[in-house]
Amino acid sequence: MSLAAESAHAATGVHALLWLLLALPFGGALVLLVGAKRTDRWGHLLATVISATTFVLSVASFAKLLSYDEHGRKVVQHLFTYLPVGRFKVDVDLVLDPLSAAFILLVTGVGTLVHVYSIGYMEHDPQRRRFFAYLNLFLGSMLLLVLASNFVVLYVGWELVGVSSFLLIGFWHHKNSASTAAKKAFVTNRVGDVGLSIAVVLIFVTFGTVAFDEVFARAGALSAGTATGICLLLLLGACAKSAQFPLHVWLPDAMEGPTPASALIHAATMVTAGVYLIARANPLFAQSQTALNLVMAVGIITVLIGGVIACVQDDIKKVLAYSTISQIGYMFLGVGLGATAYSIGIFHLLTHGFFKALMFMGAGSVMHGVHDETDMRRMGGLSKAMPVTYWTFVAGWLAIIGMFPFAGFWSKDQILESAFAKGDYLLWALGLFGAGLTAFYMTRLMCMTFWGPSRVDKDVHPHESPSTMTLPLVVLAVLSLVGGFLLNTTTEGALTHWLEPVFGHTEHPHLPVHPIVLSVITLVVVVIGAYTAKVLYLDRPIERTAPEVVTPPTRWARKKLYFDSVYESVLMRPGQYLARALVFFDAKGIDSVVNGAAALVGGTSGRLRRLQTGYVRSYALGIAGGAALLVVGLVVVTAL
Amino acid sequence: MSPWISALLVIPLVGAFGVACTPRSKPDLAKELAFVVSLVTFVASIAMAFQYDTGATEQFQLVEDHAWIAQFGVRYKVGVDGAALALILLTTFLTPIVLLASWRQEAKVKTYFALFLVLETGMIGVFAALDLFLFYVFFEAMLVPMYFLIGVYGGERRVYAAVKFFLYTLFAGLLMLVSILGLYFMSRQQAGAIGAAAQGTFDYEKLLNLTMSSGTAKVLFLGFFIAFAVKVPVFPFHTWLPDAHTEAPTGGSVILAAVMLKIGTFGFLRYAIPLFPSAARYFATTMMVLGVIGIIYGSLVAMVQKDVKRLVAYTSVAHLGFIVLGLFAFTMQSGSGGVLYMVNHGLSTGALFLVIGFLYERRHTRLIEEYGGIQSTAPLLAASFLVAGLSSLALPGLNGFVSEFLVLVGTFARHRVLGVVATFGIVLAALYILIAYQRTMTGPITNEANRDLPDLSLREKVVIAPVLVAILALGVYPRPVLDLVAPSVDRMLERVHTREPAPSLAEETGEDKSVQIGEQQ
Repeated sequence: MSLAAESAHAATGVHALLWLLLALPFGGALVLLVGAKRTDRWGHLLATVISATTFVLSVASFAKLLSYDEHGRKVVQHLFTYLPVGRFKVDVDLVLDPLSAAFILLVTGVGTLVHVYSIGYMEHDPQRRRFFAYLNLFLGSMLLLVLASNFVVLYVGWELVGVSSFLLIGFWHHKNSASTAAKKAFVTNRVGDVGLSIAVVLIFVTFGTVAFDEVFARAGALSAGTATGICLLLLLGACAKSAQFPLHVWLPDAMEGPTPASALIHAATMVTAGVYLIARANPLFAQSQTALNLVMAVGIITVLIGGVIACVQDDIKKVLAYSTISQIGYMFLGVGLGATAYSIGIFHLLTHGFFKALMFMGAGSVMHGVHDETDMRRMGGLSKAMPVTYWTFVAGWLAIIGMFPFAGFWSKDQILESAFAKGDYLLWALGLFGAGLTAFYMTRLMCMTFWGPSRVDKDVHPHESPSTMTLPLVVLAVLSLVGGFLLNTTTEGALTHWLEPVFGHTEHPHLPVHPIVLSVITLVVVVIGAYTAKVLYLDRPIERTAPEVVTPPTRWARKKLYFDSVYESVLMRPGQYLARALVFFDAKGIDSVVNGAAALVGGTSGRLRRLQTGYVRSYALGIAGGAALLVVGLVVVTAL
Repeated sequence: MSPWISALLVIPLVGAFGVACTPRSKPDLAKELAFVVSLVTFVASIAMAFQYDTGATEQFQLVEDHAWIAQFGVRYKVGVDGAALALILLTTFLTPIVLLASWRQEAKVKTYFALFLVLETGMIGVFAALDLFLFYVFFEAMLVPMYFLIGVYGGERRVYAAVKFFLYTLFAGLLMLVSILGLYFMSRQQAGAIGAAAQGTFDYEKLLNLTMSSGTAKVLFLGFFIAFAVKVPVFPFHTWLPDAHTEAPTGGSVILAAVMLKIGTFGFLRYAIPLFPSAARYFATTMMVLGVIGIIYGSLVAMVQKDVKRLVAYTSVAHLGFIVLGLFAFTMQSGSGGVLYMVNHGLSTGALFLVIGFLYERRHTRLIEEYGGIQSTAPLLAASFLVAGLSSLALPGLNGFVSEFLVLVGTFARHRVLGVVATFGIVLAALYILIAYQRTMTGPITNEANRDLPDLSLREKVVIAPVLVAILALGVYPRPVLDLVAPSVDRMLERVHTREPAPSLAEETGEDKSVQIGEQQ
């Protein structure tokens, strides 16, 4: 047993109930899916109570963890042995440490708000029960992912959140667009899974174990090549799950799913699993600067790609989707900066979880109020009709563009600051530009949705959503306001300190200039971005249909920078041609050759044809021939 | 020495005779009798499993050994090891399920149900035989009922498919017979050499002790190889499979895919590798390459099929490629994964064929384009297809993942390039399953004929539920089967004398460097 495992606390008290974090949601999903229509009346309530219970358990577990000495904040609960094959032994153990504790709070907290919100949002959907079953399935899967003690169980959770996502994207299965988007999400993630599974196998082949403790304890012995290999493969998996360049293409399409699912899975939690993976595997990444550089590169490229495309989207959910892609890019940038910035990446992940879930649910509330319209060109001036949605959305908007003192200000500022402190001025400048883009497209969204004159259809009467929907918005708005400040109360940062047992202690980076200078520069860029949007989208009228004649950059951005087109012509079409060619080869090549050979063995092809004329005769001949050969053979052999 | 295995062989055979004797005027009686007989067989096999001691040191248990054709040294010798027991349980588990699934069979009912029971005896016999002559008899005899099931009860091209199936397997089997006779001849010669009465033997355990030159071993190995490669099927011997799977009636497709294909991979595990270890090592890389070709080739061809049964048939080529890869990578993980895969593929592909059978009974077509939007009218049917499909594409949490991942782990340790190429199979699997699911089950209902399809009936629920439960149970807790089959894999690895590759960063103690393959911790 390794040292790290010995220092872990036994799961006592409330920690003895950790297994319920999995059993309750999985059990809930099973009851609702197997119980089918019989659970229609109360299924959504059961699922919500289960989610709330997991949140209470998470809070209690966190409180108990807090009571331990800061170096002993780690609890392991052994459940059972999953795979015992020779040296390859995989246990299902749940590990509660500062990092997983932060995640279970986020997942169950936002998860519960989304459950409550969905009671209202899905009220008139005949399939509401199935929706809640999938939400519970997701909750259990995500908790398994973050509580796993080894790479294989993490991979199991990783895939199960993927399948929950698949089920939720394709929830309205009668729509072709929904089922196509679901398939695209799953298959793109499978490309990442190739990376992740090879990484896990490579880890086993290298270390002889897949347990986090043992692998990380010996990570220092890795050769640079192996370390880089493992980390790049992990990165491939992370890029798929977190919708990062070049595998980001599935997330915008995933908006086909019901909006609460987008809020929970495709904004606040699941898509950040890639960041979690890299942060969790930080001892491995510490062995490869090449890999960290690539993480940063992926991050900054994605910040810009997502930001640019978001600027031209007219669908409110698509803006938020590209914004999510872009914001996760910041998180990758954060964890890619290494040692000092892991906890800052997680910091941005948490604050983003608050304000992005808020804005997705706000968008859902808007859609609810305008008869499921998603085109912002047919909105405008909604601030009066839906005041709660509006004011909470304002909190989200100020948080994401990084306005002081909202949550995003603290976390995004620190990422840029770390890049600057590290001397990566180019990264810093590009990140700063990304912040300007963020301010632009989010202000554009506010202008087109809430401000200015109304452009809604005449027969649509915008109205505020029921309290089950607005209450979660209020909670998240408060978190978007104070979340950043709370987690960052001291100069070192409360969160950074909390996560030290996982990421190690690092000195605050030395800055050549006073941090206030950097903050002011960022705020100026943000204000410029926001003001430009105001000039273009508030001071000028907006047409109800998107203009056809646009500048080339707008056209490129509308084509999503051509990623889908390129993948289709480079991968999909040639793949289909290859498969069709193989089908031809199978029928005309192999089958003919083997049939021909069989005919030769049988004597002549004419005889084979005759065999095919009557099955009784051919059967009789075959058996008789076999038996005769058998007897002859035996006689010959015995006679020898 | 209780005759457990003999009982398992006799019950279905006697039952088949009873079914055949039922009056033609009461077809339901034939169905009910057959179903009860298959349930009794299943219960008996469970009882037998409880007699099996997983901790025992000898390889075979519940052995029965009687002289049969004394003149040639042929014995009636049967017994089971873990792998055989697992596959026998799979057979007895699925037989009542396919009988119940065939309840709406209306033509020639008696023969149909009797043939399945005869087939069950044949399959159990193949797994339980410990005498090569007896094995050969079961191996070939099993063809007869399946031949009739395809040829009489199949689809439009049933006769072509049945004859193709029969000839392929028969000729391949004859080559195996030559190898078996070669072994017999050598045993006779070597018995004579040490002064014993020059009596040859077909006894598997005695034949393991033969000494032979590596050239002889290679030639004899090839005889077995052809027989099993056709049966599996290994690329490029697979072209009988899509025809047979597609034309067979639902029950036939299920049994064919779930059990009969496994006879090939079981043959490699039990016979081809342990009897000729030097040849197996010599051909190992070739076999692994063929396995990987099967994975990629089968997946690609499956992806563009228009007939949903043919699609699933080609997925079997891919899945069985994983099993072959696992067996010939010669590591504990890949071997155990391969054997577990045999069981898992039986469940997942069996479930897929069952659901496709439900669809076929409703719409009498196998063409994917005829369907679409079934989830709107028959949600349970669609859900069953999805769970079976997710198991087939190896989703973690379901059974298929465990075996596939273990195969990859073991393969990678032995041969990285092949491991990496095989891993791409997981993307292709997602594609072929989800394409099939999307086109048949989701989207708007475009074909009016699908508008009022009924959802699963009570009988159909009873048919599919046990398989889905098994898929989930083995996905979450695969340990019982892994523990059961580990000793069988261990024996095979001992025979080929390969050492498990040690991790490149071994523990400081260095003990791992010397771990013998198959060592249990």
